[in-house]
Amino acid sequence: MTATNQQPVLELRGISKRFGAVQALSAVDFEVREGEVVGLVGDNGAGKSTLIKVIAGVGPNDDGVIRFEGREVTIGRPLDAQALGIATVYQDLALCDNLDVVANLFLGREDLRGGLLDEVVMERRAGELLRSLAAKIPSVRIPVASLSGGQRQTVAISRSLVGDPKVVILDEPTAALGVAQTAQVLELIERLKDRGHAVILITHNLADASAVCDRIVVLRLGRNAGDFRIGEVSQEDVVAAITGASDNVVARRAARHAAQPPAGQGNGSEEVKA
Amino acid sequence: MSTDTVESAAAVPEDVVDPRLLVREQGVRGYWVIFRRRVRGGELGALPVVIGLAIIWTIFTSQEPRFLSAQNLTNLLLQVAAVGTISVGIVLVLLLGEIDLSVGSVSGLCACVLAVLNIKQGWPVVPAIIAAILVGTVIGTLQGLIFTRFGVPSFVVTLAGLIGWQGVQLAVLGKTGTINFPFDGGIAKLTNTFFPPVIGYALVVVAVAAYVAAALADARRRVRSGLPGRPFTDTVFKAIGIAVLLAVAVFVLNSDRGTPLALLIFVGFVVLFDLILRRTRYGRSIFAVGGNVEAARRAGLNVNVIRVTVFALCSTMAAIGGILAASRLLAANQSSGSGETLLYAIAAAVIGGTSLFGGRGSTYSALLGILVIGSIANGMDLLGLESSIKFMITGAVLLAAVVLDALARRGRTAHGRG
Repeated sequence: MTATNQQPVLELRGISKRFGAVQALSAVDFEVREGEVVGLVGDNGAGKSTLIKVIAGVGPNDDGVIRFEGREVTIGRPLDAQALGIATVYQDLALCDNLDVVANLFLGREDLRGGLLDEVVMERRAGELLRSLAAKIPSVRIPVASLSGGQRQTVAISRSLVGDPKVVILDEPTAALGVAQTAQVLELIERLKDRGHAVILITHNLADASAVCDRIVVLRLGRNAGDFRIGEVSQEDVVAAITGASDNVVARRAARHAAQPPAGQGNGSEEVKA
Repeated sequence: MSTDTVESAAAVPEDVVDPRLLVREQGVRGYWVIFRRRVRGGELGALPVVIGLAIIWTIFTSQEPRFLSAQNLTNLLLQVAAVGTISVGIVLVLLLGEIDLSVGSVSGLCACVLAVLNIKQGWPVVPAIIAAILVGTVIGTLQGLIFTRFGVPSFVVTLAGLIGWQGVQLAVLGKTGTINFPFDGGIAKLTNTFFPPVIGYALVVVAVAAYVAAALADARRRVRSGLPGRPFTDTVFKAIGIAVLLAVAVFVLNSDRGTPLALLIFVGFVVLFDLILRRTRYGRSIFAVGGNVEAARRAGLNVNVIRVTVFALCSTMAAIGGILAASRLLAANQSSGSGETLLYAIAAAVIGGTSLFGGRGSTYSALLGILVIGSIANGMDLLGLESSIKFMITGAVLLAAVVLDALARRGRTAHGRG
């Protein structure tokens, strides 16, 4: 699914974020299109989580512009992100172990019938959703605590799809999983892409990233350090960008911007042909 | 969508079938299998309590045959109604994974507010009761707000309440040590009203009919939606079980004075809050907060509102329990709500199977638990045992219940049911 010419669903320009004395993000650009999987990689402390928190409304940006489907928006609270159609699956999954799969999937968005929970409709929708993702869950009526790691990840990702979001952010979905379960989650990501969701995949695992992503965006020390199209780049180049060993136009521009205070727009969006 | 997805969607939706339902469809043997699996998996439910209750009743009856008399059982139910009502509120707070230690003092304070308004100020009964209940609601809201605003552990906030509201209670009473209610007044009627046999049996019929109607309607909708339904025999067995249990209870009550209003109030709250917990969005959110606060917050639930309202409900139930206790005692005094009220209310919820760790339980545990505690207290009174022994035995039962809760939790973890 090539969507390069489309307008991005989500577009960030010159995003800056400061925590006290630490400049966590400086003039970061980022964009993702419909049906596109973008890997967001970078070393620890590169600003991946900070960027995600900006998008998810957990930690709003100090500076910069966010456009959603071309409109300029402010995402000040998690609810703003949700209302726009941005769903985030955090690394800790945030599932309630004591509730069953159906209850977790629809938590906060339950179907009601005469003011009471409509378990029948929710159970049917849960079955449909899980089948459409070809997800293997033994039963939608068992507590989430009794599911395996991969199944829990599946429930968490399915849960993010209940509101039919445009953008799905996955924070290290494969970090704690075994080989088979990782494959299961990667397949799930491909299905999200097929369904037309824009997916942002945060990962440390470059093999996973190159397996499912269309593009990889590298952050380093809070700045753009590369934007690579999969298939046109070797893993070494990505590693070089992550570690700062690369010498490319983005890194050089970023270094120039570091000399002057961030001017806002315009760096890093060019693609790097490696 | 790939072809295999379409196929699996068209095929029997095996992956959405409830394993419990699958087993049950194999007939009576299936019940035994599912029962064993649950016990091993640490999902004991009400089983230990029912067994415990049976043992307690057997022991007391063997020592003192009067224990099982209709009169004594009616007295027992009247005794437990007040603290049981308080315990319903405790269940809600425990489901959040919090605790409220102030319920005893709040119940005492509200009883005294009622007495002062009704007797000293001459308010009519109903406005006085409403005012006393509202005092409880306000107290709970206040404690909930302090807990959520300042992040003080609920344990400490309500511990302060335990002492503080007792002080307010003394201040409200002033120099009057005890305020008595008239024997034939409206307050006394809460405890003195007994419904004739016809009404008792009518209530049984209504309850069973409501259960069957709801179960059948649910089954029909499930079948229409293509979901696996609960087997019909299951509904029949359950309906018969409920009918027999209720009919026996009403029969016993009728052999004495009839169905007491206080009991209906208590059981009514148990059923009402059970429905709220299981069938409403609010109830679901209480379980969610008790299971994983962060998950609840990210799901867009307003965790603080849920917490404050639950503490408000808990104190409201404490107020209602205090009023019932005052009605039974026909007085409110400086020791109203003190002593074992708090301990019994919390112990009942835990003995009944509501977890101290949050997210697991039901208001029926308040009913079962208070029956256990009430039976022990009542039986030991009949036997004329010393307070010292009563306290030690009650303490031991509570300890056993908590250990069982911890063991069940461990069993669930070992079986991956967390």
